[in-house]
Amino acid sequence: MRLALSALAVFAVLLGAWWALSASLGLPAYILPSPLQTAAAFAARPAFILENAAVTALEMALGFACGAILGILCALAMAAALPVRMVLRPVLVASQAIPVFALAPIFVVWMGYGMAPKIAIATLVIFFPVAAAFADGLRRTPPALAEAARVMAGTGLAARWRVLRHVTVPAALPALGTGLRVGAGVAAIAAVIGEWAGSSAGLGYVMLWANGRSQIALMFAALITLFALAIAFAALIDVLTRRMTPWIAETP
Amino acid sequence: MAASPAATRIDISGLGLSYDGTALFDGFDLTVEPGELLCLLGPSGAGKSTLLRAVAGLARTERGGVRFDGGCGVALMTQDDALLPWAKAIDNVVLGARLRGDRPDVQRAAALLRAAGVDAAAGRPATLSGGMRKRVALARLLYEDRPVALLDEPFSALDAITRRSVQALTRRLLAGRTAMLVTHDPFEALAMADRIVVLAGSPVRIALDAAPPRSGALRDPADPALRPLYLAVLAALEDAA
Repeated sequence: MRLALSALAVFAVLLGAWWALSASLGLPAYILPSPLQTAAAFAARPAFILENAAVTALEMALGFACGAILGILCALAMAAALPVRMVLRPVLVASQAIPVFALAPIFVVWMGYGMAPKIAIATLVIFFPVAAAFADGLRRTPPALAEAARVMAGTGLAARWRVLRHVTVPAALPALGTGLRVGAGVAAIAAVIGEWAGSSAGLGYVMLWANGRSQIALMFAALITLFALAIAFAALIDVLTRRMTPWIAETP
Repeated sequence: MAASPAATRIDISGLGLSYDGTALFDGFDLTVEPGELLCLLGPSGAGKSTLLRAVAGLARTERGGVRFDGGCGVALMTQDDALLPWAKAIDNVVLGARLRGDRPDVQRAAALLRAAGVDAAAGRPATLSGGMRKRVALARLLYEDRPVALLDEPFSALDAITRRSVQALTRRLLAGRTAMLVTHDPFEALAMADRIVVLAGSPVRIALDAAPPRSGALRDPADPALRPLYLAVLAALEDAA
C-alpha cells in the first residue's frame, strides 16, 4: 500500500515536470504535447487506443506465458541432467547474444503481421531471465538441506526426482520469482519491438501510425497507455510471484 | 510411536579419505557399540564432521569403510537444522517419507512432535524459536526410525537452558539407538555420552577413548566425580590442537 502511494507520488511529480517543461519551453504540440493535449488526444479516440492496447496486452501475456514456461522447463532440464546442462548453457547464452531488434524483422517475414512474431519475440526475451534465475536457484539449494534430503531419500533415479520435487524446486522458487519479475518488466518492450518490425495492430503500431501523420499527441497518448499497461502487468506478476513464496520475509 | 529398531553396531575399519588433496583419514578404526551414544570431540578441522558424513554415506571414502551390523540406515541432524523454510513443522517431520515416495504417517509425526515438546500444529521454521526448531529436527530424526542416529553439533547455537532441556530430551528419545554426536563442548559430552572419543589430526587418530559412569538420564557435568574425565578430555583436546 505504501509502495503504491509512493509510486503514485513519483508519477505525480513526473507528470508535473512534463507539464512545466511543455509550458515553459513553449514548443509546438507536434514536438512536445502537454499532458492536457495528450489527454485530449486520448479522449478523442479512446476505443482506438484501448483496442490496440488490448492487442499489446495479449501479446505480452502470451509471450510471458510462453517465455516463462519455456524458461522453467529449460532450467528444470538443466537441473535434472548434466549432459542437458552442457548443451543448454551455450544455447541460453546465445539466445541473449542475438539482438532481438535484428531478429524482429525476420520473425515478421516468417510469421506474418499478426500476433505470432510478437509472441515469439516476447518469448525469446522473457525466456532468458526466467531460465537463468531459476537454473541458478536450482543449483543453489542450501547445502544442509540438500545433504539432509540425500540421506533421507536414498539413491536411485526416483529418489532424485522426489528430492527435486520436494526440496530443490521449492528452494529455488524465490529465484524463479525474481526471474519472472524481470521477465514481466521487459514484456512490454518485447511486444512493441515486434510491433515496430511490422504490424497492423497494437500500441506500437498506433505510435508508428500517429508518428507518420505527425499526430504526436496521439503518439504520446499511446506511449502513456503502454507505460500504464507495462506497470500494471509488472505489478500483477509481482503480486503473484510473491504469493508463490509466502515464507520469504522481506525487509520493508 | 513405533518400537525402537534393533540396535546396530557401527564398524569403521581402515577408513581412508582425503580432503583437498591431503589424507585426512588413513587407516582409521572405530567401533560404536549397539545402543551406544558416542560423543565425538576434537579441535576444528580434526575430521569430526567428515567422519560423520562418511558414516552417513555423504563423503566419498577411498579405502576401508563403514559396516553396520544389525540393520543399516542412518538419520542425520545437523547444526544448521536443515528444516524446509516453506513447510510447517509436521511437513518437515514427514519429509523423509515424501522423499522415499511413502505415504506420510501424520499421526506418528504429530505424536513425535508432541513428545519433543512441540505443538503438532506449529507453523513454518521462521515462526519458531531456535530451541523449537531443534525439537522439530529431533522429531524428524526420530520419524526416520533408523537404527543409527548421527548428530553434527546439533545444539551449538542454543542458549544454556534450552540446550540442557534439548540434551535431556535427545538422550531420552534416542535410547536404544546407536548414535554418534559431534560436539565441541566437553560439558555436552560429559552430560550425554555413553562414551567419549576425542579425535586428533592429521591423519585422524583417537586421542582419547573414555566412558563416563553409566547413567540413564542426563548427567550433571559439574559433578565432582566427572572432574577427572573432564580434565582428561581437556588435556586430549589441548594436545590435539
